[in-house]
Amino acid sequence: MAALAESKVLEREEIGRYGRQLILPEWGVQGQLKMKSASVLIVGAGGLGCPAAQYLAAAGIGHLGVVDYDSVEVSNLHRQILHTEGRVGVTKVSSAQESIQSLNSKVKVTPHHLVLNSTNALNIIKDYDVILDASDNVATRYLLNDSCVLLKKPLVSGSALRFEGQLTVYNYKGGPCYRCLFPCPPPPHCVTNCSEGGVVGVVPGVIGSLQALEAMKIITDIGDSMISKLLLFDGFSGTFRHIKLRERNPECSICGDDPIIKELIDYEQFCGSKPNDKERQKELLTENQRISCADYKALLDEGVPHLLLDVREPVEYDICHLPHSHNIPLSQLQKSKDILSLLNTPLSDDNKRVFVICRRGNDSQVAVHLLEESVSNLQLSVSDIKGGLTEWSHSIDKNFPLY
Amino acid sequence: MPLSVEIEFSGGAELLFNKIKKHKIELPDKMGVANTWTIRDLIGWIKENLLCERPELFVQGESVRPGILVMINNIDWDLVGGLDYVINNNDTILFISTLHGG
Repeated sequence: MAALAESKVLEREEIGRYGRQLILPEWGVQGQLKMKSASVLIVGAGGLGCPAAQYLAAAGIGHLGVVDYDSVEVSNLHRQILHTEGRVGVTKVSSAQESIQSLNSKVKVTPHHLVLNSTNALNIIKDYDVILDASDNVATRYLLNDSCVLLKKPLVSGSALRFEGQLTVYNYKGGPCYRCLFPCPPPPHCVTNCSEGGVVGVVPGVIGSLQALEAMKIITDIGDSMISKLLLFDGFSGTFRHIKLRERNPECSICGDDPIIKELIDYEQFCGSKPNDKERQKELLTENQRISCADYKALLDEGVPHLLLDVREPVEYDICHLPHSHNIPLSQLQKSKDILSLLNTPLSDDNKRVFVICRRGNDSQVAVHLLEESVSNLQLSVSDIKGGLTEWSHSIDKNFPLY
Repeated sequence: MPLSVEIEFSGGAELLFNKIKKHKIELPDKMGVANTWTIRDLIGWIKENLLCERPELFVQGESVRPGILVMINNIDWDLVGGLDYVINNNDTILFISTLHGG
């Protein structure tokens, strides 16, 4: 890929289009020309990447690269604002490209429809001036950090979950890198993703917009970058907070004075998790402790007495549930010292069968374990319903809502 | 004199503390000696007195688990002594669980 030719002058249409930022003395013609000659790679065309791409395109960036392996889903639309109802099922990179081009046809857009990994990352990243980490998983965050250190590129990092967002700039003007702050990845079970934890769309909107701003300041070399600083945004309390972070660690394993890591590593192995935010199916139970949705439906139709325990949190139970189910959240089962007393109400003497259901069939397995440990003397038969309500919707009742 | 300290949790760490983000606490004198609480001691105290569930999501050994940043009066604990920082009266100590979603 050829680098963009350096622009020496602005055309008449550009002067009209970018006039409101051109008249800012800090920006001016020189700032606009730098934008026109600059390239930004956005990794992740999701809740952060969409607004970032939108503002960079609107501001007249010369070249935008967009990396994403995924396709648009309905559940993305509340926050991934470049995608539309009509493009559900289309790859996110082409959907993003279409929106960006219709906003500003002068921007060159390069879609990269792939999973960024150790074999392709350097070759893609080397062609861009500034990299935006708008990804949704730990493995990609380390991969991007290491690639940017090796290629000496500034990395504008954003993240969001629930009502909170975080923003910082790594590997720029002698500041720290991601590994200076986080030499070790978090244990995989400690990481919550948006599909599990939830997210208010505006929150990644705010952080993604700020990532675009940081990229523009780096490109034009104006203002104060978020180097060694972390911005915390709490949408619930409506507060922004600045934290002073440590400096670059001279002993950092990749950006230190004598680095141990000199090339990209296997990030899935390093983080113990895959480079996506998809839910994985747990296999905690043996086959005879589990029942398929179809078999459960048959028992239900026969009228076999049983207790159906839905172990999701009440907020999710309120969204949708099977009418005959009884809600005891897993968190309550885990905290309870007397699980029996929780069960007593819905369980009668002639009813010794318990089925446990949840959203996807993971928590229900944990709950079966817990129940079996605490009520082993009761001769209860406890099973989990495989695949949970998601599978119920797919294979039994297509009208049952998914979220 | 007991130490008055404000403990804050953010980025989801508060979910392990009954979803409460701000806790005003008083740390008692240790064995009759005032002002000898370090962050190391505080993490142990939080584990015993404040943490409601799943300690492995917050602590690892005598420190916090990887992925949690500790800020003392809005400054990275790494800059002020880390686990050995001696807590002062009215300090604000923030535990941030880093986010990865997008």
